[in-house]
Amino acid sequence: MPRHVVAKAQDLPPGTRKLVHVAGRDIVILNVKGELFALSDKCPHKGGSLARGKLTGLVQSSEPGTYQYSRVGEMLRCPWHGWEFDVRTGRSWCDPTRLRLLNYAVSVEPGAKVVAGPYVAETFPVTVEDAYIVVETK
Amino acid sequence: MNLDAPLRHDPATESEADPRLPANTRLKIIDGDVHPALRSPADLKPYLSQRWWEHFQTWGGRRRSGMSYEPYPKSQPRASRRDAWPEEGGAPGSSLRLMREQFLDAYGIEYGILGPLGLTGQSEFNLEFAGAIASAANDWQRESFSKPEPRLKSAIVVPYDDAEAAAREIDKRADDPAYAQVFMLTRSQEPAGRKRYWPIYAAAERHGLPVGMHVFGASGHPYTGAGWPSYYIEESSGHSTSCQTVVTSLVMEGVFERFPKLKVVIIEGGFGWLPALTWRLDKLFERMRSEVPHLKRRPSEYIREHIWLTTQPMEEPKDPRQLFDIMEWIGWDRLLFASDYPHWDFDDPFRAFPAGLPRERLHQILTSNGKAVYRLA
Repeated sequence: MPRHVVAKAQDLPPGTRKLVHVAGRDIVILNVKGELFALSDKCPHKGGSLARGKLTGLVQSSEPGTYQYSRVGEMLRCPWHGWEFDVRTGRSWCDPTRLRLLNYAVSVEPGAKVVAGPYVAETFPVTVEDAYIVVETK
Repeated sequence: MNLDAPLRHDPATESEADPRLPANTRLKIIDGDVHPALRSPADLKPYLSQRWWEHFQTWGGRRRSGMSYEPYPKSQPRASRRDAWPEEGGAPGSSLRLMREQFLDAYGIEYGILGPLGLTGQSEFNLEFAGAIASAANDWQRESFSKPEPRLKSAIVVPYDDAEAAAREIDKRADDPAYAQVFMLTRSQEPAGRKRYWPIYAAAERHGLPVGMHVFGASGHPYTGAGWPSYYIEESSGHSTSCQTVVTSLVMEGVFERFPKLKVVIIEGGFGWLPALTWRLDKLFERMRSEVPHLKRRPSEYIREHIWLTTQPMEEPKDPRQLFDIMEWIGWDRLLFASDYPHWDFDDPFRAFPAGLPRERLHQILTSNGKAVYRLA
């Protein structure tokens, strides 16, 4: 399981995102209220770049006239046709079995551990003092 | 943040339209629906007389759907792809730089046919103002888009509520190769085949220009026969009914008898509805022919000969064979690829069509049909 260092943790504060290219893949890293998610960038519907999508909540209704709005910031909506993906699973809300984004394990690792390896960090000078965001590709 | 992702394609969706192929073996894509936008209304100022610029500054426009230009809020701001906002400011579609980079060059578009929406004079109550704005919109397209970028062909926007003025506008522009079509909207004050619009069709036929009928239009009429629906979804699906009104009216009023060389392109209304409408019209015609004795042929024959449709936003059945059947029923030579760039329901020419579409059919839709319809250099 190659592990790739993609950013300094401090460069991706809550509410921000970053599109990275590792191991031949475009992956969008999202920091949603301090929690990190890593998903494939290309929409499986028609190819829009999800890095440019809007993060929204989940609107549901048990019957006409009522609604529940939950999971604020955890649904990623494609910038083109608006397909919604659950950032926790990568699955499309409307067609979860057929349309899904690959999701990758992502974590913050201390610099000391990253320096020790075995991490792929071609583009990052890594120091023991900082913390880094690490994505695992399958 | 680094969002400058290079364009990449899945091997599974590669086609001969793929821009990585050498230019001489690539399909040359003709896109029937591209939307340029004003950076601000001042973009029209150089093409308006002082009288009309001051009128606009003082009074603004007044369209038939009321104060709002768009009765239904869209699913994305300015109904646009969220990745189509230019860094230099302005609305999606207003930057030729971004349009080239993100669309013309990225997809290898040979020609994009413009269709301006918004401040174009169409559907304005004040007909003289409508004519002045439409004419300015035509100058603006040519100067801002077609002149610096010959891949983009302008539309002759016509103030169709004043057909005489519209015909004069066509006559004024028709010899200029910057223009590839006459541009109307499907929601007109009266059904499109009514005689009040015939001077427009006469002028278009005279100059060999197709009439593009794009969905939308502020007619003042509600979007359905039962009034205004609640949702944008209903507006969006309702475009196909406005297109059916256009096709039915053009046929029944005898427009294609009167103007036998007229070409009409239905833009952005999908196409899945056309076979069912055609079968129904033929069936009714066989029973009620005497009501419309000016029709010499079956409705299906006029439709087959005079109507083209752009593919976007395409119906997406789970089983693509159903889509191919519909395309077959309509006629493979009648469908034109359109992207609708920069709008949110953009169709990517490499991914819009399901796998299994025969190569020669894709070639017709992406390239040869557009060459047959539009006047291209």
